[in-house]
Amino acid sequence: MPNPVPAIDIRNLTVAYGATPVLLDINLAIPQQVVMGLVGPNGAGKSTLLKSVLDLTPRLAGEVSILGKPFAKNRQQVGYVPQKSSIDWDFPTTVLDLVIMGTYGRLGWFRRPGRQEKADSMAALEKLEMAEFAGRQISELSGGQQQRAFLARAFVQDAPIYFLDEPFTGVDAATEKAIVNLLHELRDQGKTLVVVQHDLNTVGEYLDEVTLINQRVVASGKVSDVFCKRLIEETYCVPGLCDKVGCDFAMPGGCEKSGSAELLSIEDPESQRRLSR
Amino acid sequence: MNTVNLADGRLVAGLDLGGLLELFADHTFQTVLIGTMLIGAVSGAIGCLAYLRRQSLVGDVISHSSLLGIMVFFLLSYWFTGQGSKSLMLLIPGATLSGILALLLTRLIVDKTSVRDDSGLGVMLAVFFGSGILLLRSVQKMNPPIPGRRGLEDYLFGMAASMTHSDLIMIGIVGGLSLTVLMLFWKELKVFSFDPLFTQGLGYRTKALDLLLIAIMVCAVVIGIQCIGVILMIAMLVTPAAAARQWTTTLGGMVTLAATIGAGCGAIGCSVSAIMTGLPTGPVVVLCGSIVFLLSILLSPSRGLLMRKFRRNSEIGNLARAGEAQ
Repeated sequence: MPNPVPAIDIRNLTVAYGATPVLLDINLAIPQQVVMGLVGPNGAGKSTLLKSVLDLTPRLAGEVSILGKPFAKNRQQVGYVPQKSSIDWDFPTTVLDLVIMGTYGRLGWFRRPGRQEKADSMAALEKLEMAEFAGRQISELSGGQQQRAFLARAFVQDAPIYFLDEPFTGVDAATEKAIVNLLHELRDQGKTLVVVQHDLNTVGEYLDEVTLINQRVVASGKVSDVFCKRLIEETYCVPGLCDKVGCDFAMPGGCEKSGSAELLSIEDPESQRRLSR
Repeated sequence: MNTVNLADGRLVAGLDLGGLLELFADHTFQTVLIGTMLIGAVSGAIGCLAYLRRQSLVGDVISHSSLLGIMVFFLLSYWFTGQGSKSLMLLIPGATLSGILALLLTRLIVDKTSVRDDSGLGVMLAVFFGSGILLLRSVQKMNPPIPGRRGLEDYLFGMAASMTHSDLIMIGIVGGLSLTVLMLFWKELKVFSFDPLFTQGLGYRTKALDLLLIAIMVCAVVIGIQCIGVILMIAMLVTPAAAARQWTTTLGGMVTLAATIGAGCGAIGCSVSAIMTGLPTGPVVVLCGSIVFLLSILLSPSRGLLMRKFRRNSEIGNLARAGEAQ
């Protein structure tokens, strides 16, 4: 029986860059112990949602609680894996050193990482089959190895919740498989994983739950309930999309969640104008 | 004619080995030498973070705009005492204030308008440096002349020889302070320079770290205004860091090597400008650094142009041989 307290509870979250709204009145509860995917078109605000929950992007309005407590009290409970393109991989540091940075959160100001932190970091690298690269410069890594190192840095934090921003972008097939296995393993250990997912073809295989998002939450729930043709078309704002491309990845039947108050009506010209921009 | 006379920044011609020894034994020269090396070491070390965060232009704005602060504080000292002061005890606070003011105004412009970072920085640099030059020229032409005005133009390209003992103490305090902060907050500044978003995700207050980093950059820049000059000080921040990056694989190694390169160039520049009549120190130190940089990008075993070319050629050769063998 899953824990009834949601891992993440987002209420009335609105984010804007200047006067341009990116996320409008998001209400979303992510249960514990699931792999939850955020799915939506480019510019739908998936990364922004992760960042604004973590206060890395300022919110215009809204409340976030983590494991039932306000964000400020529980921020350490979330480990964050940014997009790997967000940093300069030519920074002079080794792979092990990169992973040790994951322990800086529990160390706090002034304290230096010691033997324990080093051992934990090596263990995280081993888990991702990266131990042999520990002494390597990070600039010498391939895309897949970079992502593994990034994940090791996050998992050494040993947080109950993880946010992963496009972990499958620019990695090889073997790494993708390894990451998915690890995510499922962590979920089985009781952790909650929120993943920004781009590839619609793997939604059914990788994720337990999915949130369809395009400025607003179109629908959220179990993949089998939510990831259906009509809601996908609604998320991507292209009526008849699945008639054209087939949408083989969509769940058969489903759409039981339809008619929810949160749903955005495609017939409404105002929201269509806003979304198709 | 082996007399050492550093008071006006020149050494009487006819130098031989004896003269050289005498020079290095001279107390005034030692003061200047230590000061220049300290400036090189501090700016080399802290320049690494500016280099890695791609904030070199910020350093340039601090140093150029400090000229305005120098001139304003010089004039203030004249109004209050009747004698214009060129002591660093006074001019470093002046340079710091105008450097920080220029950065604050840049941020205001970038936040309130659609002007981008680099343009905003460029505009502020021009405004502050232009006003500084205007004041400098006016002060020099003022009638009756302001006592102490001679030598003010040395702040453009630096004149190590004008360093006094109290200037050295000031350089030591401000430079030492910035190095201490760098060491105390080493872990935090490192992860922040590498990945600011992740650092914030860890729960660190990145605004505070950003301010701290700018503060030590300001310190590293303003201690060099007298020796290196406001125009070339940016090179002391960037060149040793860029050279050191070619040889090192860790941040600690990079900072140590950059500090060493900075100090070495400072020593050479200071000596050369003492031996050659009236040569400004800044260009000599900076040229030294540039030579080290050029050698580094050419010769570094892992990243140097020559080794890369060599490796590429041998790889192509291997491929060709493999092709022939088939």
